Amino acid sequence: MTDQTNDQAPQVDANAPKSAEQPDRVGLAKFLYSMGLLRESPAAMIGVTVITFWVFIAIFADVVTVYEPNANDYAATLKLPFSGGDHWLGTDLLGRDTWSRLAYGARATLIIAPTAMVCAYFLGIVMGMLAGYYGGWVDNLISRVSDIILSFPLIILFIIIISVFGASALNIIIAVTLAASPGIGRIVRGLTLDLRNLEYVSAAQIRGEWGLYIMAIELLPNARGPLIVDACLRMGYTIITIGILGFLGLGLPPPDPDWGGMVKDGAAMVLGGSPEMAIIASIAISSLVIGFNLLADGLREISTRD
Amino acid sequence: MAVFILKRLFMMAATMVVASALLFALMEFTPGNVASKTLGPYATQEQKDILYEKLQLNDPLLVRYFRWVGVLAGVMQDPLQDPELKLGFEDPRGDQYFGNFGYSAKYKLPVNDVMWRKLGNTLTLAGIAFGIIVPLSLIFGVLSGMREGSLLDRALSYTGITLTSVPEFASAVFLIAIFVLWLGWLPGTANMQFFDQWSWASQMVLPVAVLVLYDFGYVARMVRGSMVEVMTRPYIRTAILKGLPYRTVIMKHALRNALIAPFTVILLQIPFLITGVVVTETVFGYPGFGRMLLESASFGDVTMVEAATLIAVFIAVATQLLGDIGYMYINPRIRFT
Repeated sequence: MTDQTNDQAPQVDANAPKSAEQPDRVGLAKFLYSMGLLRESPAAMIGVTVITFWVFIAIFADVVTVYEPNANDYAATLKLPFSGGDHWLGTDLLGRDTWSRLAYGARATLIIAPTAMVCAYFLGIVMGMLAGYYGGWVDNLISRVSDIILSFPLIILFIIIISVFGASALNIIIAVTLAASPGIGRIVRGLTLDLRNLEYVSAAQIRGEWGLYIMAIELLPNARGPLIVDACLRMGYTIITIGILGFLGLGLPPPDPDWGGMVKDGAAMVLGGSPEMAIIASIAISSLVIGFNLLADGLREISTRD
Repeated sequence: MAVFILKRLFMMAATMVVASALLFALMEFTPGNVASKTLGPYATQEQKDILYEKLQLNDPLLVRYFRWVGVLAGVMQDPLQDPELKLGFEDPRGDQYFGNFGYSAKYKLPVNDVMWRKLGNTLTLAGIAFGIIVPLSLIFGVLSGMREGSLLDRALSYTGITLTSVPEFASAVFLIAIFVLWLGWLPGTANMQFFDQWSWASQMVLPVAVLVLYDFGYVARMVRGSMVEVMTRPYIRTAILKGLPYRTVIMKHALRNALIAPFTVILLQIPFLITGVVVTETVFGYPGFGRMLLESASFGDVTMVEAATLIAVFIAVATQLLGDIGYMYINPRIRFT
């Protein structure tokens, strides 16, 4: 049953009230129209370009790279980038191709971060909707639990969860979900409180619709605007978080490539005079986060316009 | 007002109890028990069994949690300090006093001897960073929010996005590459040991810079947003139209109202800084609270992690409370019931 809530999220509700001047666009057409508005924001376009680039690299990681990410080429260890030869971005201490590790690291990041976000949003939306729609003790219980989780400095929560349960993609996803969902729940709760007393909700209630139906079909689609912007921003922070975990040695277990882990390995050699790998991996993470933040900025601009 | 604060203080205590209990349960899943961690890898199984028995680690989780609370509250003796165990653990404060966080299995010292010193180091680092972030972001935020869409505004806006997008470890790598490797102006570590030419101040520059860079963009953008909103209000238009100098409009009418919203944001940065502190301390080898927490968590040092988390949660909740009280004070429109 609860899956339904999630499936409905990206759909556009044709019953949503439209302002008078807005052309009558529904469904996909409306979505494409608002995406078209993004073109007017150069920053957002840069963001989209950067994200598309990394998504492309992540999907075609095995096509755009020559070497296996974990393969050691002991004949060519610690090669500098752009120094000629086969490894154009250089190699690390173990002779692993930096470009291959970067590409497969993009794949890891772009699988873990969105998965964690979907889980966090699912949990957060369920929590926030229940709290906002039903109020009373449900609201109290959910809000108090959220308060407790939110009062934990997040990094401590991550460190403890990961160091207790071990470093793996699944545990990273669980930790991010647990840590992010109360914040999302709080936003959704606020949006639900705003929407709850509108006429179309009362209409649905009088029709005798179930609470779940009202939440999924009437409330959620109308709360999606601010949530999409928030999701974009959160995606950036989640990528940073995954990077931090990798950097602290709590990321994907070696030898699998992971951007944060690459910075960590590279940072150990920075003071020895070869900062190249750390810099390359840092640029990769930063660019992807900048991409998401620029996109979020553009989306916010559009959403305040209409 | 008093009722509100009392209510919040109660919530704060409840949060800390729940948090510490959850943590206690969570730490159960770390491999190895307190006895084997305390004795280290070279202890015989027999020794471990004796300690295991003495510490009554067979008791249910809840009983051991309350025993831990008892030691903390000073109503029970710390079992690890029992001279019969011949561990040589001795706390100069005695084995039973209020605020006894117990003995750290990792550092082989009383938690109180390690934690407060590290916390002090971290507060110094975070305090300096905070002292730079707040005025800097207020100035830039107000300046760019004053004239929305101006060149300064757009420049700051994109600088802010970029800065908040670069994680602390990445900016640390960039800064070290530039200022340590390339220019050679600063040391690449901040371990607070002074064997070479690098002074305390020179060691602090890069860690502080990393924290400032990450946080500045975010806070400045918040201040800007609030300032932009205030500038569109009718009372600002009125003030301009009645012929007041622009300076007076900004200083007397806009600023006070524009700083209400960022006040909470700024206070919320304090718990937020903790994350930055963990990363920064790890990069620069700074002997602080964050690195201590990371190390004791990966070691599975229950007493240390419990103590550190309690302190961190306390800081987070206390700043929230302080933020709410201050918010009420500077914004008389808000009344809590």
